[in-house]
Formats: sequence, C-alpha cells, structure tokens
Amino acid sequence: MSTASVASSARAPITHDSLPAWGPWAVVGGVLLAAVALGSATEVALGVLLLLGVVLSVGVVYVWSRAVEGSRRAKDRSVTIAVTASFLLAIAPLVSVLYTVLSRGLARFDAPFFTETARNVVGEGGGASHAIVGTLVITGVATLASVPIGIMAAIYLHEYGSGRLKKALTFFVDVMTGIPSIVAGLFAVALFVLFFGPGIRLGVMGAVALSVLMIPIVVRSTEEMLKIVPDGLREASYALGVPKWRTIVKVVLPTALAGIITGVMVAVARVIGETAPLLITTGVFSSMNSNPFDGRMSNLPVFAFNQYKFPGAIPEPYIDRAWAAALTLIVIVMTLSLAARLIYRRFGTDIR
Amino acid sequence: MASSSSDAAGAGRPGGSFRRPGDRVFSGLATGAGVTILALLAGVAIFLMIEAWPAITAPAEDIPGGEGLWHLIAPLAFGTVLGSLIAILLAVPMAIGVSLYITHFAPRRLSQTLGYIIDLLAAVPSIVYGLWGIAVLGPAAVGMHRWLAGNLGFIPFFEGPASATGRTMLVVGVVLGVMILPIITAVTREVFSQTPRAQIEAALALGATRWEMIRMTVLPFGKSAVIGGSMLGLGRALGETMAVTIILSVSGAVTLNLISSGNPSTIAANIALNFPESSGLAVNALIASGLALFAITLVVNMAARAVIYRSEQALR
Repeated sequence: MSTASVASSARAPITHDSLPAWGPWAVVGGVLLAAVALGSATEVALGVLLLLGVVLSVGVVYVWSRAVEGSRRAKDRSVTIAVTASFLLAIAPLVSVLYTVLSRGLARFDAPFFTETARNVVGEGGGASHAIVGTLVITGVATLASVPIGIMAAIYLHEYGSGRLKKALTFFVDVMTGIPSIVAGLFAVALFVLFFGPGIRLGVMGAVALSVLMIPIVVRSTEEMLKIVPDGLREASYALGVPKWRTIVKVVLPTALAGIITGVMVAVARVIGETAPLLITTGVFSSMNSNPFDGRMSNLPVFAFNQYKFPGAIPEPYIDRAWAAALTLIVIVMTLSLAARLIYRRFGTDIR
Repeated sequence: MASSSSDAAGAGRPGGSFRRPGDRVFSGLATGAGVTILALLAGVAIFLMIEAWPAITAPAEDIPGGEGLWHLIAPLAFGTVLGSLIAILLAVPMAIGVSLYITHFAPRRLSQTLGYIIDLLAAVPSIVYGLWGIAVLGPAAVGMHRWLAGNLGFIPFFEGPASATGRTMLVVGVVLGVMILPIITAVTREVFSQTPRAQIEAALALGATRWEMIRMTVLPFGKSAVIGGSMLGLGRALGETMAVTIILSVSGAVTLNLISSGNPSTIAANIALNFPESSGLAVNALIASGLALFAITLVVNMAARAVIYRSEQALR
C-alpha cells in the first residue's frame, strides 16, 4: 500500500454529493407545468405535450444527476421517473374512459331508460329495459351452467386429479381463457344451426357462448381458493372419520366460499359486457323478451352497438342511448368488481 | 398439498379397495365436470369445422368476393396481425414499467390497490373501449396523424393521406394496447414480485442502485414471464372484436399505411360486421375465417402457456 493512495483515500470524502430530495420532482413538475401552459396557448394536443414533457424531464434529471452524482445514480433516477410515468400513463385511459362514459351517458341515464323498451321508437325517447332484462337473463343462464361445472372441475383438479387428465385439464383450461369471444359465439351458432337450421337466433345461444368464456375463469379462481384452504383442516376432518366427499362439501367448500363467490362475481363481470358473441347469436330485437328459448333477445352491449352504428335521421338520441347503455354496463361491471373485492376482504380466508 | 390430502384419504381406507359410495359418486361428478370442459373445447373445434366445411370445399367463385376462401381470409389475417403487433409494441414496454412500478417502486402499502386499479382496465367492456376510441381517442389523434403524415411521411407506415376522423389502424392498435395491458401486467407483476428476496438483498448489499438491482435480479428472473404474458396479450389482441369493429374505417386494402382512412379489416371485426346480414355459403365462409382465427389464437395461447409453465417450474 503506497502512501500516495492512503493520502488520496484520506482526502476522498465518505459521503458523496447528491441532488436535493426535491430536485427531480421539481424538474418534473416544472416541465409538466410548462407543457400544460404551452398546451393551453397552442394547438398541439395536451397529451402529446405531457408525453414530451416526461421525456424531457427524464433527460434533464439525467444530465443534472450525472453532473452531481455520477452516471449510476443518474440512470437510477431516470428509470424511476420513467417507470412512474408509465404507470400514470397506463391509468390515463381508465380515467378518460370513465369520465367520457359518465359525461356522455348521464344525458339519457333517466327513469324512462330503465322502464321503457325501444319498441316503435323513432328519434327521441324510448328505453333499454328490454336490453337490461335480456342481459340479466342471458348472463344468468350462462352463470347457472358455468358455476357447477367450473366448481366441480376445480374440485377435480385440486382434490382428486392426478396424472395426465389433470395435466391436460390444467393446460387446456388456461388455453380456453384465451379463446376469442367471437369464436365462442361462432361455436354457439355452429352448434344450434346443426340442430335448428340456418338463421336461428336465441337468447340461450348467447348463454352457451358466454359459458364457454366463463367456465375457465370460474375453474381458475375456484382452484386458487381451494389451494389456500389449509391441509390441516382436511386432515382434522379425515381424522374424525369423515369421508372425503363430505370433507370437501362440509369443510373445504365453506372455508373457501367467500373466495369462490368472489371468483364467480369477477367471471360474471368479465362476460356481462361481451358484445361480439351476442351480436351473432341473440340477434337484434327492440321489444321485451325474457324467454331465452323463444326467438331473438336484446341485451345491453348489442343495444349500445346498434344504437351507435345505425342511428336514425337525427343521430343524437340514438347516440345518447348508446352512451347510457355503456354507462349502465360500466356501473354493473364496476359494482360487481368492487363488491367481489369487498366480500373477499370481509369474509375471505386469509391464510398465508 | 394435493398429494398430502390424498395420502390422508388413503390412510382412511387400508388396503385401498373399499371406497364409500358417496365418495365414488362425488369424485365421478368432479371428473365428469373436468372431462366435460375438455369435450367443450374439442366441441368448439369440431362444430366450427363442420360448419366451415361447405365453404372449404366450395368452388372458388361461390365464395363471397368470387376468388376463393384464401383471398377472403388472407387480407383479414394481415389486418389482424398488423393491429395486434402495434398493440404488443406499445403494451409490452408499458406493462414492464407498470409491473416494476407496482412491485418495486410504489410504497408497499399501496401496491395491492394499484394492481387492482390496473385490473379495472380489464373489466371495462370492449364495446365501451370501442365507443371511447371512436368518440374520444380517434378525434384527439387527428392532429398527430397530420403531423406524422407531414413530417414522417417517407416511412411507409405514415405515408398518409392522414385520416380526418382518426378511425385508423394506429388508433385501433393503441386501443388494443390499452386492452391487453392488464393481461400482460397480471402475469409479469406476479413473477416480478416473486423474485427471490436473497438475490435482491445481495444486489443491494453490494451497493447496487435500485435500477441495477432490477436489471441484475428482477428482469432476468422475470424474462420468460414477460415473454409468456406478451403472447397471452397477443392472443387477446388477435381475437378482439368490438373495439376494432366500431373504430376502424375499412376499405379491405392490404397496406402498411397506418394513418389513412383505407385500412384492412380484421378477421373478428369482419365476422361481427357481416354475420348479422349473411346467409347461405357466406355464413360458412365467415365461420371458416373464425376457424382460422381460432387456430391462430390457439397456437399463440398454447405457446404462451408452455412458456409460463416452464418459468413457473423454474421457480420451484
């Protein structure tokens, strides 16, 4: 060890210079404020300016930090800003969608919308009660069909399954979650056309299509919930001489019940807004029909699509109805998602 | 877990020959449900094939368009892939950023809530995204389209003329990107958060900054999850229907030009647009195109799942 190096290390400070804690945020805030100001003064879209502002502030912070702290800290700081910005950017569409649907949907989010049908409605007025009933019936039938199959299959996967069938089922359930919704609709069409002839349109066809989409979601979520039921509970039950099936029905399922209900609600929320499969299976109908086995049946997503796509001579009332239907859908979906989360928080098994 | 519970059951029946009738019925029902699901998936393929067959075997001039099934489906497949690629290019870097933010940057107390907010993106129905795209995003993007056509027009993608309504492939790609972001994020977030604590702490103890720690531990650990999640997102984007149906202004042209008003349609959007008014062989042709879509997404999804399973296996 030479004396020179000792001397130099003695001179080098243990702490190093760093930016003030407010530094990077002040840069980002300043640049974004400038972007907003520029946006109100010029024609350029605010979103573009904000994006450019983020890029610019990453650059400024990098240069400043590099000069003071060196390149490693500089990189770290730029990445922090970029990652935070990417999260905010990802939320922006959600905020924009919710705001748009609220502001445009409220125009016709009134009592007649929920009490009247679109029968003989030209221009203003009319409602979507037939579509709401149709959506509830179709989704209800789909749920009735999917939940028992889904839960029993999950029980098979977690409690009984072994070997190749289990492996195949796990794999194909996952693959099934990726089936495009329109393909599920075509499947329902192909199935019913074979038995009832071409041109058939029924509410129950839509329900079959939705079941194809719903079953894998129910299986996955139920299986996850069965997994977190502690084995100790099962073993205690076996030790008391309870048969396996009664253990599952009386011990495992009740323990996992809140989670399973949550999963089912999430699955319902996922399929209740599906448009494409219903567009080609349930047809278009402007009167009330609550029998899924009797002809065409309206539903909210298809109602919204048709009002928007085929407006009358004066398009505004049609477009207003479409947005009101979209708002109704969003309200249903968000309520289901939030309620599912609350139920799980309140009653869910928290064993980890 | 499962093995220990079946061991416990086995202990209840020495010799293993006797099973209570209730057990036999219940396990039969459970197995039956599992087999039903496999049969359902096979049924989707079989029934689509039965109904597509007349179009596959029909003479070319009977197919709508008059040039045969291939000429009907190929341009649609091109549009499908083009839109999905834009979506993937936009969504994957975003998803990595979002997942990193949630798992390693955001305050720990908030991370669950933030993840839930991202999941809400997946809860918005596709028809709502469609309406939003045509009413808000499209018009808002018109200025940018003009700028792209004016300043980057030498790149084939931005050749123009710029659409005046924003109903372009570029806007569709952005909306699809928004829609698949939560799907990719769900996979990557899960794996990023499972990065072994010891590796993270070792990196930090050696003096790594947070970004160096992420580059050395989190990203290598999550690489295959990113690949698998992206492919899942790709599968979803390929099959997405309503957003494309509502937003895209279709001419049927096969073009790389992303910002004009003449765009290739996609398989799914073409079915949704034409199915309600079709009859006869046209229906069979549409179902045949649906079968092609099913085959494409099935392959993509199976590959994605295989990648994800392998990465999960590596975790154990």
